[in-house]
Amino acid sequence: MPKLIKNGELVQDNWTVLREATGPEVLKAVPGKNFIVPLNFWQLYRDELEDYMGQITIWLDCNENVNDIGPDLKQLPLIALNFPVFSDGRSYTNARELREHLAYEGEVRAIGDVLRDQLFYMSRCGFDAFEIRHDQDADACLAAFNDFHNAYQGSIEEPNPLFRRR
Amino acid sequence: MYQYDEYDHQMLADRVSQFRDQTDRYLDGSLSEAEFLPLRLQNGLYIQRLAPMLRVAVPYGLLSSTQLRKLAFIARHYDKGYGHLTTRQNIQFNWPALEDTPDILAHLAEVEMHAIQTSGNCIRNTTTDQFAGVAVDELEDSRPYCEIIRQWSSFHPEFAFLPRKFKIAVCGTKIDQAATQVHDIGVYLIRNDDGDIGFQILAGGGLGRTPVIGQVVFDFVEKKHLLTALEAILRVYNRYGRRDNKYKARIKILVKETGIEEFRNQVHAEWERIKDGPQTLTDAEFNRCESFFVDPPYQEKENEPVELTEALRSNVLFSSWHEQNVKQHKKPGYAIVTACLKETGIAPGDVTDYQLDYIADLADEYSFGEVRVTHHQNIVFADVEQSKLYSFCLKLKEQSLAAMNLGLLTDMICCPGGDFCALANAKSIPIAESIQREFNDIEELKATGELRINISGCMNACGHHHVGNIGILGVDKKGEEFYQISLGGSSRNETSLGKIMGPSFAQDEIPEVVRKIVAVYHANKEADEDFLDTYKRIGMDPFKEMVYAKAD
Repeated sequence: MPKLIKNGELVQDNWTVLREATGPEVLKAVPGKNFIVPLNFWQLYRDELEDYMGQITIWLDCNENVNDIGPDLKQLPLIALNFPVFSDGRSYTNARELREHLAYEGEVRAIGDVLRDQLFYMSRCGFDAFEIRHDQDADACLAAFNDFHNAYQGSIEEPNPLFRRR
Repeated sequence: MYQYDEYDHQMLADRVSQFRDQTDRYLDGSLSEAEFLPLRLQNGLYIQRLAPMLRVAVPYGLLSSTQLRKLAFIARHYDKGYGHLTTRQNIQFNWPALEDTPDILAHLAEVEMHAIQTSGNCIRNTTTDQFAGVAVDELEDSRPYCEIIRQWSSFHPEFAFLPRKFKIAVCGTKIDQAATQVHDIGVYLIRNDDGDIGFQILAGGGLGRTPVIGQVVFDFVEKKHLLTALEAILRVYNRYGRRDNKYKARIKILVKETGIEEFRNQVHAEWERIKDGPQTLTDAEFNRCESFFVDPPYQEKENEPVELTEALRSNVLFSSWHEQNVKQHKKPGYAIVTACLKETGIAPGDVTDYQLDYIADLADEYSFGEVRVTHHQNIVFADVEQSKLYSFCLKLKEQSLAAMNLGLLTDMICCPGGDFCALANAKSIPIAESIQREFNDIEELKATGELRINISGCMNACGHHHVGNIGILGVDKKGEEFYQISLGGSSRNETSLGKIMGPSFAQDEIPEVVRKIVAVYHANKEADEDFLDTYKRIGMDPFKEMVYAKAD
């Protein structure tokens, strides 16, 4: 079972990430669920999925751009951003753009290769939910958000950089 | 220099505990090699050919005597009694044990030092001109801006996993000594037509496998917009920089492939969105940072005091050293002294624990307790009274710190090369030494004048061979070490990249080849033309003909 951290605690995950999907019939076969589908899948089939009995939202891979989501964004309860490997930093930029430029207020979830040692930076870039990799120690991950007492830059929670606060 | 407050201290302490925990987890096997790798790199720790190597940050090259003594202590207790000054003004230790690293970092933190982001795919130490604050030709002291950039780039959450490493240099002097144009971002302090001082910002410069000179992305940025302008460039790079090929991942390739016009448009579009936001710098922050770099308590003195003129007249060796190693200071009665570490037989940039302590003592006695590390791997005492220069020179001599070859052919930039580095194709230190042995006559060196030789042991170009007037690059030819020579590079204001002369040479041929190149210069130079100008005028052919001439 994947482990989800949200608001500083481990919580039950009500969503299923659909990594690959061939067509809308895959979802229709299992009604009543909550799916996170790929951006391009959503763009192709959103009309067909309108009557799906359950919630559907999207995930973006690191080579996709949150600015391409379009007007649907406001209605989506959650955007998941993928880390194919933890060392690919593009999803940090996507998270910040979601929050800062697109003023997105829903959940921003880190999925994929999500590890303890990157959680602090992720949270500062606007992620507020973390589907940590299966082998990660959940307690250690919860502690990681307090690795630093402060930071020089602003963050999504505290937009003012330190020079405006010190 | 910059003094830490409780915020800086706390962040550094947090970083040390974080890395201690990460090292513990690596050693007990719960953190994999691949996952530990970027974490240790972002704390300056490489695993090298013989042992780990720890690169300690020296922000924009500035060191206090207290910090020097701490570095001496670390060299003595955790290393084999020496450190190595790098071309990016840092210092690295070649022999620490991995499990000691958290302790070393804790020691460094006591003197407001660290190894944060000295390696890895992140924003590295910001470098600048070693004469910042004392140069005669300075528009403004660059150090406050370097410190502002240091803080912005330290632990930046969005840019810790860039496609590749990222280096920023700032230059506030007319004569660029910081190799600004071959950095990922180069920042020049400039004055616009209205008389306001701001920044011209270049991006896409770099050495390595594909050397490129940076191109202008911002013609003029108001000071308050410095960080948003940098952030806009970084954001475009983080999003679009190539990640499929390590050798094409630097920003220079992105700028090249995107085209400078389109790249500029992308950066400016991003900038428009964040400009005037919370990262806009405030007068209070400028004042705060500038307050750390005010002039030391200079006394009112005259230039050329009798103690100096007397010594210059009576002592030829002192006079020779003075001519080469002492530069004009903005304050009358003071001088800028560069202690050249390029004694023959010593690896360029290497400095012993004893020398570090000794430099600290000299700094306290002669130069308000501070020194600077230069891009050419030497040490600057920025504020020496002219009347004390003679006694100061004698003191330098006692510890082999008074080499008179500053800026001359034997003051080479040289990477650690195959003796230490796991990446190198060939050794570089013995090449430097063989050239020093060939050219050991100071009068001859001075007659040749300014001639920069830069040596890299592989195409990663840590020895900046592309911008050496003579560049030497170690290459591997069927398992044997060979050396390729290029001519005409320069990292000054009119930065140029060297051109390869022809087929490469064996190690033992190099001193003779350099000898021939110098001979061609002497045969062709006009008036007081330096090597680079002669090369530019006569081109490659005369050098080629001489060097590759068949023996009769």
